[in-house]
Amino acid sequence: MEERGATVPYALATVGLLLLVWGSSWGLFAAPGEAYMGDVQRIMYVHVPTAWNALLALTFAFVCALASLLRGGWQWDARLEAAIEVGVVLSALLCAQGAIWAKPTWGVWWDWDPRLTTTAVMVFAFGGILALRRFVDDPARRAAWAAVATIVAYADVPIVYFSVKWWNSLHQMQSTPETVSRAFHWPLRINAFGVLFLMSGLIALRTRVAALRLRSELAPPPPLRSGVAARVPAAGGAS
Amino acid sequence: MVLAALRKDFLLHWRARARLAAIFGFGSTALLLFSFAIGPSAEALRQHAAGFLWLALLLSSTLALAESFESEMQDRALEGLLLLPAPPRAVYYGKALANCAQLTLLGVALVPVMVVLYDAGTSRLPGLLGVILLGSAGLSAPGTLYAAMTSQAKAGQTLLPLLLFPLVVPVLLSAVKATSLLILGDPMGQLGSWALLLGAFDLIHWSLCGLLFGRVVEE
Repeated sequence: MEERGATVPYALATVGLLLLVWGSSWGLFAAPGEAYMGDVQRIMYVHVPTAWNALLALTFAFVCALASLLRGGWQWDARLEAAIEVGVVLSALLCAQGAIWAKPTWGVWWDWDPRLTTTAVMVFAFGGILALRRFVDDPARRAAWAAVATIVAYADVPIVYFSVKWWNSLHQMQSTPETVSRAFHWPLRINAFGVLFLMSGLIALRTRVAALRLRSELAPPPPLRSGVAARVPAAGGAS
Repeated sequence: MVLAALRKDFLLHWRARARLAAIFGFGSTALLLFSFAIGPSAEALRQHAAGFLWLALLLSSTLALAESFESEMQDRALEGLLLLPAPPRAVYYGKALANCAQLTLLGVALVPVMVVLYDAGTSRLPGLLGVILLGSAGLSAPGTLYAAMTSQAKAGQTLLPLLLFPLVVPVLLSAVKATSLLILGDPMGQLGSWALLLGAFDLIHWSLCGLLFGRVVEE
């Protein structure tokens, strides 16, 4: 693992934050309010980009898991850890935003609709993998197990979605530039790229932390000082 | 080779049958406790009987699944098993089939308890057996894979449900729906589609988890 500077990730995150500020202030103050929902609808400008990018982060985690299993290499394990962590944070944010939007619109914080429920399941499924990583000391096992668990959890997401959809359905149709009015396009697009850049920057930074941690774990123990080394055989002798 | 592994696991289960009885006791106690959460209204209890049955089975399954690898960890039995000239896949399928059989048995044993406590009988017993079989298969395929990991990790007893429960949401949903339709009647004929969903989950997870098991146990 080569050590790289953190300039690019920080730059990505900064660009992302600036775009988010620009897109959100456009969405909050300049864009027209929605005809039926009024100002409540403005949460869409962060909600929809969060949803796209949460899925993107977890898809990237899936790709990392495949690469880690098939090709090996610690860099993929570090990327996997970063992608799952950022994906879980984004999914949790998505649930929170959904609940905030649902209270004034549907009158309840939570509704058992397919997308909301699937997102919650995703938070717990991938959060569980993060917990698993914390409880396994052997880096090789941790890498293999996290990759296996990520593949199984990712394959499970569509089944969860369809089962909950059959079980109950209420959510409104997905918002994409085609389903929303032209006046809402620009803030939505700017924020989508804002979250994308911020997410990429955070994943890159978190990958770097994970890679540095891995390197210190895999490094051979530092040589003992000569004084200590001289005393060890006499004290031990059990080997 | 799968059959040999299955025979070994059946033998293990049979010799530790007191454990299965204890897990059955746990499941029945859970069924008893659920009724205290709802209150003594007979109609409400009947309405929720299917959900309670599957929750009891799900909670018991974490005990059964964790136990199934506990014995392999003693004296490093798993390592010896993997040294045999058999693919790890055979070990997985043998264990998963044995776990599936154990959970099916447990589910069948819990049905009379549910009928007595909640007055939730059904005349379509083959259908109920089929749903229990499909549901147990859905719990044991990812459950066996994750138990192999968590039995070797620190805090495994906590990790197994943490990893397994979100994953088996579709099993719980469709099994509860299907069982509910069997108990309360199925005027719209929806039973088939729920059974199909369970079957699809089983198919995906039995093949995927078998494929990945080798990477979980390799050194």
